[in-house]
Amino acid sequence: MGTKRQFRIWRGDESGGDLQDYTVEVNEGEVVLDVIHRLQATDAPDLACRWNCKAGKCGSCSMEINGMPRLGCMTRMSTFGETDTVTVTPLRTFPIIRDLVTDVSFNYEKARETPAFAPPEDVAPGDYRMQQVDVERSQEFRKCIECFLCQNTCHVIRDHEENKHAFAGPRYFIRAAELDMHPLDTKTDRKEYAQAEQGLGLCNITKCCTEVCPEHIKITDNGIIPMKERVVDRRYDPLVWLGSKIFRRGQVPQTSVTSGRSSGPVHASAGHGGVHSHAGGSHDPRAEVQTQSGVNWHREVPHPTAPAVDDRGRLPLTELTFDRAAAPSPFGDDVTFPLPPEHLNFAHPTQDEQQH
Amino acid sequence: MTTTTRIERHHYDVVVIGAGGAGLRAAIEARLAGKKTAIISKSLFGKAHTVMAEGGAAAAMGNVNSRDNWQVHFRDTMRGGKFLNNFRMAELHAKESPHRIWELETYGALFDRTKDGKISQRNFGGHEYPRLAHVGDRTGLELIRTLQQKIVSLQQEDKRDHGDYEARIKVFAETTITELLLDGDRVAGAFGYYRESGEFILLEAPAVVLATGGVGRSYKVTSNSWEYTGDGHALALRAGATLINMEFLQFHPTGMVWPPSVKGILVTESVRGDGGVLKNSDGKRFMFDYVPDVFRKQYAETEEEADRWYTDPDNNRRPPELLPRDEVARAINSEVKAGRGTPAGGVYLDIASRRSAEEIRRRLPSMYHQFKELADVDITKEPMEVGPTCHYVMGGVEVDPDSGAAYGHVRGLFAAGEVSGGMHGSNRLGGNSLSDLLVFGKRAGGHAASYADQLTSRPTIAVGAVEAAVETALAPLQRDTGENPYTLQQDLQAVMGDLVGIIRREGELADALVRLTELRERVAKVSAAGGRRYNPGWHLALDLRNMLVVSECTAKAALERQESRGGHTREDYPAMDPKWRQVNLVCSLDGDAVRLTHKPLPTMRGELISLFDRTELSKYLTDEELADFDALVAHAEEAGK
Ligand SMILES: Cc1cc2nc3c(=O)[nH]c(=O)nc-3n(C[C@H](O)[C@H](O)[C@H](O)COP(=O)(O)OP(=O)(O)OC[C@H]3O[C@@H](n4cnc5c(N)ncnc54)[C@H](O)[C@@H]3O)c2cc1C
Ligand code: SF4
Ligand code: SF4
Ligand code: FES
Repeated sequence: MGTKRQFRIWRGDESGGDLQDYTVEVNEGEVVLDVIHRLQATDAPDLACRWNCKAGKCGSCSMEINGMPRLGCMTRMSTFGETDTVTVTPLRTFPIIRDLVTDVSFNYEKARETPAFAPPEDVAPGDYRMQQVDVERSQEFRKCIECFLCQNTCHVIRDHEENKHAFAGPRYFIRAAELDMHPLDTKTDRKEYAQAEQGLGLCNITKCCTEVCPEHIKITDNGIIPMKERVVDRRYDPLVWLGSKIFRRGQVPQTSVTSGRSSGPVHASAGHGGVHSHAGGSHDPRAEVQTQSGVNWHREVPHPTAPAVDDRGRLPLTELTFDRAAAPSPFGDDVTFPLPPEHLNFAHPTQDEQQH
Repeated sequence: MTTTTRIERHHYDVVVIGAGGAGLRAAIEARLAGKKTAIISKSLFGKAHTVMAEGGAAAAMGNVNSRDNWQVHFRDTMRGGKFLNNFRMAELHAKESPHRIWELETYGALFDRTKDGKISQRNFGGHEYPRLAHVGDRTGLELIRTLQQKIVSLQQEDKRDHGDYEARIKVFAETTITELLLDGDRVAGAFGYYRESGEFILLEAPAVVLATGGVGRSYKVTSNSWEYTGDGHALALRAGATLINMEFLQFHPTGMVWPPSVKGILVTESVRGDGGVLKNSDGKRFMFDYVPDVFRKQYAETEEEADRWYTDPDNNRRPPELLPRDEVARAINSEVKAGRGTPAGGVYLDIASRRSAEEIRRRLPSMYHQFKELADVDITKEPMEVGPTCHYVMGGVEVDPDSGAAYGHVRGLFAAGEVSGGMHGSNRLGGNSLSDLLVFGKRAGGHAASYADQLTSRPTIAVGAVEAAVETALAPLQRDTGENPYTLQQDLQAVMGDLVGIIRREGELADALVRLTELRERVAKVSAAGGRRYNPGWHLALDLRNMLVVSECTAKAALERQESRGGHTREDYPAMDPKWRQVNLVCSLDGDAVRLTHKPLPTMRGELISLFDRTELSKYLTDEELADFDALVAHAEEAGK
């Protein structure tokens, strides 16, 4: 039968709160959300937590578990050690309402600002014809369950309230990408719009959003990067030509995110001091020069990197090992935001402007 | 407690309670008709239960098999519902579903495609042809997201024209309606609370559309979320409307029974449509033993024929795994009771040994992903352990088939989606719900708008009624002696699961009614700890009385109906009885007590009943009805000459 486990759950509201300790029974095969439900039925009937489907389909139960943004209903208790304390905190990027419930209205506002599908005027309902290969690209993004974990994780707005106004966030970049790739959408300036109005330029492809997406949507590789690259292509055509003249592919040192690429996904090593870092940016001087002069044309699409796990396969992100309240940054503690410009493989649009 | 209670007031033309497929479609229609519309939802926008639907939306578009048309779909629906359906609803549904699906494409939906670029359609239990428009196995998500995005696009239009996104359509997310308010027999508005703050809200409106979904939370093993507490059913009852078919609950045959983290979660029927088979603990493919006589003609008798069907459906009969879900559920139940179940009390559903891993991952991506992540079960390698799970309620608000207006003595109340009754008769076919939401959501929204239009005076709300609603809502917080709502819910679930479950007996049902009466007293004294702010204990305490009254309706009707049909199986009356087919059991509220009355089923129009052949009808109809049918046929032949 069940065993007793230690939980620390953040309780409080906008006026403050703290982590409270609970000892609770856990049975085989349960997930974190099951444990929260047991607490509600026993010790803490008014513990606030969102959920609906308990099947990873609705995106309601987003929370930070041992510092990692996750769905409570998709986090199996068996992924923790018997004696580990499991720390559950609310999403950090959004204002707190109570306990694990945050005010996610930011996301709905951004959704409302993203221009809707523009249907073709001259095609009657029932006459839409599209090929499966053509819809698949958009379908990947339509898998999104709006858990807002990516929004919560993106460093541009995590701990940066001031950026929220100008930045729609990864969820809405892929919404724009989805419509851009829709075979019958008639609006032609989705990319420009994303750049000008959604703050796509603030994204520096750290891929943190992709890493936390429970639907495994390749937010950055398949959504953000195609949106960015073509925006840039159009705006800097002459430079593309120049770039390809001067450096031939393969001759140029590539920027890398955390490590090399030939061997596929790379397991981060002790070199990082056990701190998880995939904040992006190049440590190659020549690439940095290029970056500073505008856009690094030879940046290769960064490969997905494995998180820096310890020898038990877990992220070293337990609250307890840290000296501060609230969850540690999932981007690693060696990273401070905003990132220094030389670490970015895309330049901010206003920076581009200055050169012209 | 506070002495003054703040109540936020709003005025709308149409208030839609529920933001699932039915509610959103109704709201779109009301807004397109120019009405100021509010959408209320217990959870966040876009999280309603509809997101969970996997298999697809049934619509006879004939994209995959051109022989499909509305008549065939109508026939399948009536068969599935064992002829207890409201025929007019089944007819409208079969005729209008294709248009509702095509319309979704103009809102931006991206369904999977056929080779010639049309919407692809898949097989599903009970449907004669491949008929379910789908997107992988996340069709419900596509549907709700599309409607959600359509609402956003309407709001963008309003912003352009009126300078405000919310000028004509507003979503009140995480808001629960606890009471409908009346002016005489007319709907005057809805009262509820914001879950976030616990503050009260009063929406004044002459027309209300209920689209609140189902009741499954009253059961222990269920695929339904906390939202499904039968609020809409109870609100309708208390407002003077009636419920029908409440004895019919669908238990999905294949919910996961092990491991516990996925208990109750459904294994979509497309696993069976794509080749999955059911086996007992002896490894026997047992469904061949459970094909009822009425279906004998359409289903294969040997494994070889059944297996050929997947590639050559025109020349072979279907595998019995694709029987309507009540038959499958009953078969599994019998196997388990006979001691041939798995250790956790289910049977095995095996696709791993029948299709390649790659094919399984491609055809059932989110099934694969879900079980891998949730339970570390790899469905490409091992069979799943499944058993019946409470899934869907056929019963609901008795409505006018064309307009969705509630019967009983109330005006201005409409219902659509799972909360309405009649469309599915005694059993719903898979995939018919999603298209039902669209067809009747649109109708209810449109008719609510025209009802609001033709009113000469706006109904008004009596202050006393609002005060009473506030008092009822705050009561659980003010008591500190009562029981914990979670305990009460568990007790209710135990009563319903054990005594009013998938297989029912007279003695148990009578016992259930006694226990429900006891529970009613305990629920009246429930107390919730904590404050008003996002307090799930308090929310549950308020939902309990709805669950209770709806459970009473189910238990009463189940005791009354002395036959087995679709989602109602009586061990003491195991056969279908044509006499009972002519009867709808109607529940209403008389003061506090549930009243049950018999009401004759409407008679099917001649051209519709003529779609069936006599041998099939003879299994469902009484001798008198058959004589009428023969006369009709003779008359038609006469006229034809
Ligand atoms: C796991 C699963 C799989 C399914 N698969 C399929 C399928 O493949 N094909 C198919 O056709 N059908 C399927 N169904 C059935 C179908 O999904 C539902 O019947 C349908 O989605 C119900 O939609 P609805 O619009 O009536 O209500 P819902 O989508 O459930 O929405 C109800 C809404 O009402 C709101 N609400 C409820 N009470 C209140 C209140 N008191 N105050 C304010 N708001 C309230 C809720 O917040 C919610 O927004 C499935 C169901 C489940 C559970
Ligand atoms: S890639 Fe990084 S910066 Fe860009 S949206 Fe994702 S998390 Fe934010
Ligand atoms: S893109 Fe992924 S992480 Fe972001 S909201 Fe959608 S499902 Fe969640
Ligand atoms: S409860 Fe729906 S995703 Fe977790």
